Amino acid sequence: MAVSASAAPREPPAATGAAVSSVWRSVTFRLALIYVVVFGASVTLLLGFIYWSTAGYMEQQTEATIEAEIRGLAERYRLTSLDGLVRSINDRIERNPFSSTIYLVTNARYARVAGNLDRWPQEQADSDGWVEFNLEQIGGHGERHRARARTFLLAGGFHLLVGRDMYELRATQALIARTLAWGVAITAMLALAGAVMMSRTTARRLEAINATSRRIMRGDLSQRVPTRGTRDEFDQLAANLNGMLDQIQQLMDGVRHVSDNVAHDLKTPLTRLRNRLEVLSHGNGGGDRGNREEAELALAEADAMLATFNALLRIARIEAGARREAFTRVALKDVVEDAAELYEALAEDRGQEFRVSVTTEPVVQGDRDLLFQALVNLLDNAIKYTSEGGRVELSLTRGASGARICVSDSGPGIPAHEHGRVLERFVRLESSRSTPGNGLGLSLVAAVARLHGAEVRFGDAGPGLVVNLEFPEAA
Amino acid sequence: MESTHEGVRDDTAAEPAGSAAASESTASRPHPEAPQRMKILIIEDDTETRRFLAKGLREAGHVVDEAGDGEEGLHQALEGSHDVAVIDRMLPRRDGLSIVREMRSAGRGTPVLILSALGEVDDRVDGLRAGGDDYLVKPFAFAELSARLDALARRHDVEPPATVLHVEDLEMDLLKRTVHRGGQLIRLQPREFKLLEFLMRHAGQVVTRTMLLEGVWDYHFDPQTNVIDVHISRLRAKVDKDFDPPLIHTVRGAGYRLSADS
Repeated sequence: MAVSASAAPREPPAATGAAVSSVWRSVTFRLALIYVVVFGASVTLLLGFIYWSTAGYMEQQTEATIEAEIRGLAERYRLTSLDGLVRSINDRIERNPFSSTIYLVTNARYARVAGNLDRWPQEQADSDGWVEFNLEQIGGHGERHRARARTFLLAGGFHLLVGRDMYELRATQALIARTLAWGVAITAMLALAGAVMMSRTTARRLEAINATSRRIMRGDLSQRVPTRGTRDEFDQLAANLNGMLDQIQQLMDGVRHVSDNVAHDLKTPLTRLRNRLEVLSHGNGGGDRGNREEAELALAEADAMLATFNALLRIARIEAGARREAFTRVALKDVVEDAAELYEALAEDRGQEFRVSVTTEPVVQGDRDLLFQALVNLLDNAIKYTSEGGRVELSLTRGASGARICVSDSGPGIPAHEHGRVLERFVRLESSRSTPGNGLGLSLVAAVARLHGAEVRFGDAGPGLVVNLEFPEAA
Repeated sequence: MESTHEGVRDDTAAEPAGSAAASESTASRPHPEAPQRMKILIIEDDTETRRFLAKGLREAGHVVDEAGDGEEGLHQALEGSHDVAVIDRMLPRRDGLSIVREMRSAGRGTPVLILSALGEVDDRVDGLRAGGDDYLVKPFAFAELSARLDALARRHDVEPPATVLHVEDLEMDLLKRTVHRGGQLIRLQPREFKLLEFLMRHAGQVVTRTMLLEGVWDYHFDPQTNVIDVHISRLRAKVDKDFDPPLIHTVRGAGYRLSADS
């Protein structure tokens, strides 16, 4: 089966439904994400400031105390020399044996003279005389206590160190940091949940509008966008859309009314005309043979006119989409095989090779008679435009999306630039002027395809024409 | 392409003018070659069309009653004993479908042919659902109407369902799915069998191409060419070619008729 080459291999627009990737394309979701990021950043900034002003303040306070104490002790040394200093330090240690304050006085060679620290720390003090070092004590979590101390060189080469075991302070700071981090995390989670909910609500309301629009595009103009009665922006949008739809429906009803009337009013005189011609052609009035033949020709003309007229009305009604209500489940296989059976004989009569292949058994929601009519029109064209000894093929296969019905022939084909045009009404190519037809056959196929959500694609069978009816995936 | 279900296919597709139709269960029974004389009611508001129909039907030997609006039509339909009624769908004072409904609820089983300018399938379904027996879209050839009225009237003659159909020396066994002519077996494709069955069930009557498409193929559509003629000529080649007299006749401007005389 020489199918393949589709004229316009463009992807059908992706369904605006609920694909996973479409979440990222959703405006509401993106807005919600931005909201989460901005909100999260502000909270982090705020809590960072709180941390800085509490934990930092505690550290500053400690340093200020140490500074004050070391100045006091230096002053004591200046007034009472080393003995007074040592006494004073011992006093402080005895008065408060479990204090976290560290004292150490050494001589110039850093040998301990007094204090509750064993030896001078190895670490180099910074330019302001501050030093941090590990203590012998082991903390609750298995790590060494760490101390921060201020060193001071006393007159006479003695070294003074006053510091603080920072374990408790650091533990408190860590606790604050942890608490604040949890705060940030919980806030972020709440914000995210809020954002998802917000975006869901918005998306749902937008989706309600979109779903209605899709149903209307499929031809059901009686659909209206639901409102909630909250008079919010969405309700206003829905109300405006509904108002617009009411107007469109009114206009369309008007047009339909007029065309129904025109149909009726034109059909009646045409019927009368036809009846009279029929009487004439039967020659009951005793007219001569020549007149009777003329009457028969006129009758054929009237019939052709009526056929065109009926085809036009039919296309208009199909396009109005009213028949969708009568859709049933249609096994395409049956329709294809019935049409093939009906036309196979005609092709064989014209000495054409007729091939049918059915490789799938899809079921679509549709109108059996219209689908059959569309197939009949395609087969009829294929057989009509293919010369004797040519080839006509009909196939039902799995296409790119859903089922694909393909009719191909070995006739002259349609030039690629005419592909779009031949679906329009009354368009007949120059080359086909001599064959009978009204230029509505393919328009009807297009209308039926559109009604079923299917796409008509032309291709080149080299030589010949390929017409594909691509049905959407069955719901 | 071959249909694989030969022999088990049911006959629903032979509707609307099929299953209960006349059948010749015995060869001896005389065949109604000429359409029987019927009493026909026409309810149609367009005078011109009504006169044309009445004139044509009277010329064909029928008795015709006419009504020009819905109320009068309903009155006549409930009053008289017509063999068949032709009712236009759009009528002043009472629409055609409601007349049919009234007739049916009053227990009138008169076969009804609905005429309408509306030809879509759902319109047709509405018409049949209201109790109509056939549906014809305007404009139509008189021959089409006449053929359908014959079919309707005959369908109304209740006869026991036959298992064997006879026309002349042509014999169709509906159970065995076989066809013999002059004792000779004729091999038919499933669709050819249905086509012949339809013709035999309407033996002696004119059967139009549309009736065949609806009855044998069961699709309501508009064939662009006379595709049905090809199938008839194939059937003819099998049923008539080697036998005498020819049974399948072409009725000019109307359709086909299966009968012994030409």
